[in-house]
Amino acid sequence: MIELISADRCIECNLCVKTCPRDVFDAVPNAIPVIARKEDCQTCFMCELYCPVDALFVAPHAEEDVQVDEEHLSESELLGSYVRNMGWRKGKAGGTERDPTRLLRIRNANAG
Amino acid sequence: MAGPHDASSTTTPSTTYANETGGLILHADVLVIGGGPAGTWAALSAARSGAKVVLADKGYCGTSGATAPSNTGAWYLPAGAARDAEVDRRLEKSAGLADRRWIIRTMEEALRGLDELGDDGYPFPFDEDGRPYRANLRGPDYMNHQRRRVRRAGVTILDHHPALELLWADGVVAGAAGVELRSGERWQVRAGAVVIAAGGCTFLSRALGCDGNTGDSYLLAAEAGAVFSGMEFSAQYGLSAAHATITKGLTFTFASFYLEDGSPLPSEGGDRSTRIARAMIAGHKVYALMNKGEAHEHDWLVRGQPNCFLPFERIGLDPFKERFPVTLRSEGTVRGTGGLDVTGDDCATNVPGLYVAGDAASREKLVGAISGGGSPNASWAIASGVWSGRGAAQFAQRQAGVLGDPLSTRLHTRAVHALGGAGLRPNKTAAGSGFTRELIAAVQDETLPLDVNFFRTGKRIALARAQLDGIWAAARDHLGGTGRELVRAREAASMAATARLVWASAQARDESRGLHRRVDRDGSDPAQTHYIRSRGTDELRVSTAPAPEAVRDLAEEALVS
Ligand SMILES: Cc1cc2nc3c(=O)[nH]c(=O)nc-3n(C[C@H](O)[C@H](O)[C@H](O)COP(=O)(O)OP(=O)(O)OC[C@H]3O[C@@H](n4cnc5c(N)ncnc54)[C@H](O)[C@@H]3O)c2cc1C
Ligand code: SF4
Ligand code: SF4
Repeated sequence: MIELISADRCIECNLCVKTCPRDVFDAVPNAIPVIARKEDCQTCFMCELYCPVDALFVAPHAEEDVQVDEEHLSESELLGSYVRNMGWRKGKAGGTERDPTRLLRIRNANAG
Repeated sequence: MAGPHDASSTTTPSTTYANETGGLILHADVLVIGGGPAGTWAALSAARSGAKVVLADKGYCGTSGATAPSNTGAWYLPAGAARDAEVDRRLEKSAGLADRRWIIRTMEEALRGLDELGDDGYPFPFDEDGRPYRANLRGPDYMNHQRRRVRRAGVTILDHHPALELLWADGVVAGAAGVELRSGERWQVRAGAVVIAAGGCTFLSRALGCDGNTGDSYLLAAEAGAVFSGMEFSAQYGLSAAHATITKGLTFTFASFYLEDGSPLPSEGGDRSTRIARAMIAGHKVYALMNKGEAHEHDWLVRGQPNCFLPFERIGLDPFKERFPVTLRSEGTVRGTGGLDVTGDDCATNVPGLYVAGDAASREKLVGAISGGGSPNASWAIASGVWSGRGAAQFAQRQAGVLGDPLSTRLHTRAVHALGGAGLRPNKTAAGSGFTRELIAAVQDETLPLDVNFFRTGKRIALARAQLDGIWAAARDHLGGTGRELVRAREAASMAATARLVWASAQARDESRGLHRRVDRDGSDPAQTHYIRSRGTDELRVSTAPAPEAVRDLAEEALVS
């Protein structure tokens, strides 16, 4: 579930508020958004893709709260790791032209 | 016959919205409910047919639904030997319930759609020979692209606007109403026709991207008298790391499976899910280790499907070296197969003015009794979207014609009735959010456990039906609320309604077939190679309909005699 909005990084663009499919965030005037309904988070990682500055961290745990340490996440480059691996940039889609998934599909089809 | 067919709906309290003030009221030729792949293709197609289109999504069109955070293979098969082979393979696996004509027309329409996507700038990868590879769609990118296309086509998108009920006027569907999540305000869209594309139902199992899929499509349609097919084929489960949501099958391409003592998962006794389900029911913990394949092949997965690795990377586990526990999450009717019965080539339903696309519809015509995952579903979302959007646009144009003034004031000023019952208008007092949560948990007890739903028995099916009758009565009496609570209450009602259709249909299939795994019935009974149809909300009705081959045999007999 969503565990972190980094106050250091967040630029208050509210794109996460707009795009979260489960409406987990609330916008706050002149401040960073808040995680208002964490229990509705479906751990889909979509907000990380749309955040232009890698300020969000979604822990992979679907049902459990976990403690996260922003400094550690930042140092170990886990903030924004999904965005970079996908090839998205600043909230903009990209990277499908380099997607090798077809090789997996062909491999699996040949394996029966 | 015009009018809602469910006898019970005559007792449903209904409100006339015609004179209600306040809230947003929009007018459209076509309203599309749901903005996943099916809804976006439907909106594009309706707009192209000249209709003014509104698309309402419970979440955000572009990130919401089962496809957006995932990745879907699709049929990209031009006519030829490879396509013929896939058609035959599909028919063979369908346990007699798929239909060759529908498989082929879906393949053709999906091919057109994928080419259109490529021509319209979706960056497909290229293969070794420099040709674009169009049989795979990366969810976040695909849905981002679809949203932009829909906007360019002039469609009005309403994000965070869950539809809660259909509107009805003089024997036809006339729009829908709901609430805006943020403000809690009511909205309604008056329309000449409606496409339902609000996805399937996974009973809040936390399967990837599916929590918004609470069966809203089904309750909306059931209240209008719609007929369902194949609801018994809803026992598809997706494999994920135990702590995580990622049910993408590709994750496990390189996996071997073990029990807690390190012994291998038994290799006999059905497909992988079946063997894992059996071990889990027997009390074992099942583990996976990605110890197959070559390093360069692993890299395809790491680079192509990065969210397959998030669950491991973020707990500091190397899945190629360390084993990890897995679980099965219900994918209900998303990667299962049941849904609204499609009655025409234009994806009409039996309800006038109501069209259907994607997982909201039964996909038995493509896959019969088995899962629609692994290409049929994604292809169907494109094809059924295109057909339903066009069909709805034409219906709206005909309606306007009947009413005597084309595209039209009369269409939008006629008196409408809201059809919504359970979750919206409790018979007694609304009991609040705690009750809604309890009711959801009670529905989950009858739908999620592997020993209830993955493997079924006649006795447990009967018990599930009895439990759900009680749950439904309580839902009718006490589910309700305002704003977000109203939405949650309605979702709970939709899940209960879906579960009741599932078990009523399952009870009518006294055999095992495909996803309907009866442990007390060995194999399939040739005499039951037919469809199970269901309908209703308070009172359920179930019947059978002949399978396509039986229909063809009859037609041939008629020709001979
Ligand atoms: C992990 C995973 C992997 C998959 N892989 C494949 C694959 O490889 N190949 C394949 O063919 N299929 C695959 N599928 C299935 C495929 O994703 C679905 O069939 C497809 O998403 C169906 O599209 P849809 O538009 O009907 O539904 P969805 O994509 O689920 O979209 C439904 C939309 O309706 C909205 N909605 C819900 N309720 C309401 C309401 N009350 N009012 C307004 N809007 C509402 C939701 O917010 C959502 O946006 C996979 C599914 C999963 C979960
Ligand atoms: S998207 Fe990122 S930067 Fe924008 S408000 Fe959300 S957390 Fe802050
Ligand atoms: S992970 Fe998904 S549901 Fe959770 S906050 Fe992010 S976008 Fe919303």
